[in-house]
Amino acid sequence: MKRKMEVSELIFKIVAYVLLIFFAVICVYPFLYALGSSFSSAAGIEQGIVLWPLIGESGNVHFGFTGEAFMWAFTETEFWIAYANTLFMTFFGTIWSLFYSILGAYALSKKRIMGRRGWNFFLVFTMWFTAGVVATYSNYVTTGEVFASIAGMDPGSWQTSIDGKWLIVIAMGMNATNIILLRNSFEGVPAEIEEAARIDGATEIQVLTKVYIPMSKATIATVALFFGISRWNGYFWAMRVLGTEASGQAYSWPVQVYLRNFLETYTQIISPAPQDWEYTQALWQGQYGDLSATACAYAIVVCSVIPILVIYPFIQKYFAKGVNMGGVKE
Amino acid sequence: MFKLKCDDFLTYDEETGTYSVSPDQQVRDEVEKTRWKEIGFKLLTDWRLYLMLIPMLIVYLLWRYAPMYELLSVFKDATTATDPAERGWYGLGNFAQLFNADSTYFIDFWQSFRNTFILAFYGLLFGFPLPIILALFFNEIRSNIVRSVVQVCVYLPKFMSIVVISSLAITLCGGNTANGPLAQLLIAISGGEGSNIYTEAQSGLVNSTQYFRAIYIVSDLWEHAGYDSIVFFAAIIAVSPTSYEAAQIDGAGKMQQMRYVVIPSILSTVVIMLIMKIGSLLNVSYEKVFLFVTQGSATATKPNYAVGSTVSVWANYWSSRQAAEGVAMSGEMLNNLIGMCLVIGSNMVSRKATDVSLY
Repeated sequence: MKRKMEVSELIFKIVAYVLLIFFAVICVYPFLYALGSSFSSAAGIEQGIVLWPLIGESGNVHFGFTGEAFMWAFTETEFWIAYANTLFMTFFGTIWSLFYSILGAYALSKKRIMGRRGWNFFLVFTMWFTAGVVATYSNYVTTGEVFASIAGMDPGSWQTSIDGKWLIVIAMGMNATNIILLRNSFEGVPAEIEEAARIDGATEIQVLTKVYIPMSKATIATVALFFGISRWNGYFWAMRVLGTEASGQAYSWPVQVYLRNFLETYTQIISPAPQDWEYTQALWQGQYGDLSATACAYAIVVCSVIPILVIYPFIQKYFAKGVNMGGVKE
Repeated sequence: MFKLKCDDFLTYDEETGTYSVSPDQQVRDEVEKTRWKEIGFKLLTDWRLYLMLIPMLIVYLLWRYAPMYELLSVFKDATTATDPAERGWYGLGNFAQLFNADSTYFIDFWQSFRNTFILAFYGLLFGFPLPIILALFFNEIRSNIVRSVVQVCVYLPKFMSIVVISSLAITLCGGNTANGPLAQLLIAISGGEGSNIYTEAQSGLVNSTQYFRAIYIVSDLWEHAGYDSIVFFAAIIAVSPTSYEAAQIDGAGKMQQMRYVVIPSILSTVVIMLIMKIGSLLNVSYEKVFLFVTQGSATATKPNYAVGSTVSVWANYWSSRQAAEGVAMSGEMLNNLIGMCLVIGSNMVSRKATDVSLY
């Protein structure tokens, strides 16, 4: 028997549909705007595009759909260097973070480890209290110097050397929540399976790689993607450590730092009065003529967002799982 | 009540009429003697476990705890030497500068401190109910395809880089002129050229001291609300179908089911999330604020700095000057200590009130 719908229910349903779809459109609109801008001509952007490149004529100005900005991005060496740097940091950074997180989480998940509460507190305390931007920065500089001198480089100039990105790989992207997520998942593996493996003569490492890791695949995938995305999107510390000067340092910049620097130098998006605006404007026009720097900036935005959009459908199904497991327990 | 009786460690031998050490106590003595031996033995058998812990410990010691050690220079006078190790102890002098109305840092610091609280408070006020409402709405959508599509869209901003998010938000509101689509829309709604928004938007709505906070909060909602709704939606899904059936048999309509079944059953999740949110109240994203209120480098600020800068951004701004390093650090430390008290306090409240604590 089908129940008749009440009026209030119907109204609520309609409101829910309308508002949700409205919110979804709002969430996507800025990205469509960026995509539209990246395909616009300079005159189109000047007019203020709304969603998609304006096509037509106004007076003697042609608007139109143009791929110039992408052509520029594909041939711009500095952009590709930045892109390669980001790929490098994301790849090695994720592997490194996963490596110590999985090992640590495995050890912490064992009831028989001594001082278990102490180790957990050691981890959780970093979520409560952080030293702050200033102290962390000076710490990065010092540890970078120490590492550089161990590696036989000049300690004073590691921030301007292209090897500076190794520090970003090793020292950044730490996340205690992810370790706790992994620990909880390892604790959920039944002890009987581990015992069976041990009776068959498995060593500690074999228990981890043959029993625990396959059984917590979903969590590890979620955590790996959290790590990877935070690496890909990392901006502040890369900018602080690798500097903001567009000198030799630019060769170790990740794409986010490059993008922000580009926006600030060649466009007026961020601020009406960029430093040396006349000079950079002349430089840009001398090199690229009428090409719109704003459209190029959006082309960079689109290119930097594509990898996330590609993996996004695959990670989406893990979100709910990952967040639910985030309900931390002790 | 913990007093040991004779019988606990001695046994009375009736034949000879003497006491001797009981077997239990012998074992206890043995354990006490071999306690250190045992720890050594445990270490030996489980050395692989402790080895596994080491990479994580090193990373956390080097880049989480060493900076805390560096915080000691809060108690040193930064003006005396470049190298922190050579600076003289200064007591609470740096903190005193923060509270001294005549010092150069006073106005700037308390402004940032106030901004941190205001942004955090508004973020909680608007950012907390919205995900719950979204989750309730999601529950109304029966079609799986529509729901998946909507979910894909609303989670998306969360996974974008903060640089992309901030530049898109700035463009839509007009970073330098009034021609951002959102700025245009707001001007049109509020009555064209005569309106207050129109005047403010002329040099970019984001730069306006009047509208910056609103823009920041809205961009925050846009970024997080969809993703934050997952946890509530999961709680709604977990409601057992039998509860709905029981309500239906009692004659409850759909709205009454929501009022008397759904909302009570997600209430505990709501309370926990609220307590957690209050705990992390002061963790206003410094990256995002930084991208909104500065330009070029940390030292060049925009007009919205006065209403936007948080304590971390303030510290970052001053730390480039050697003399101010200690003061910058101490201000940030003050902020983080208050944040820590909030976290611990909210956890205690949570444990008392709901039996669930985060840590």
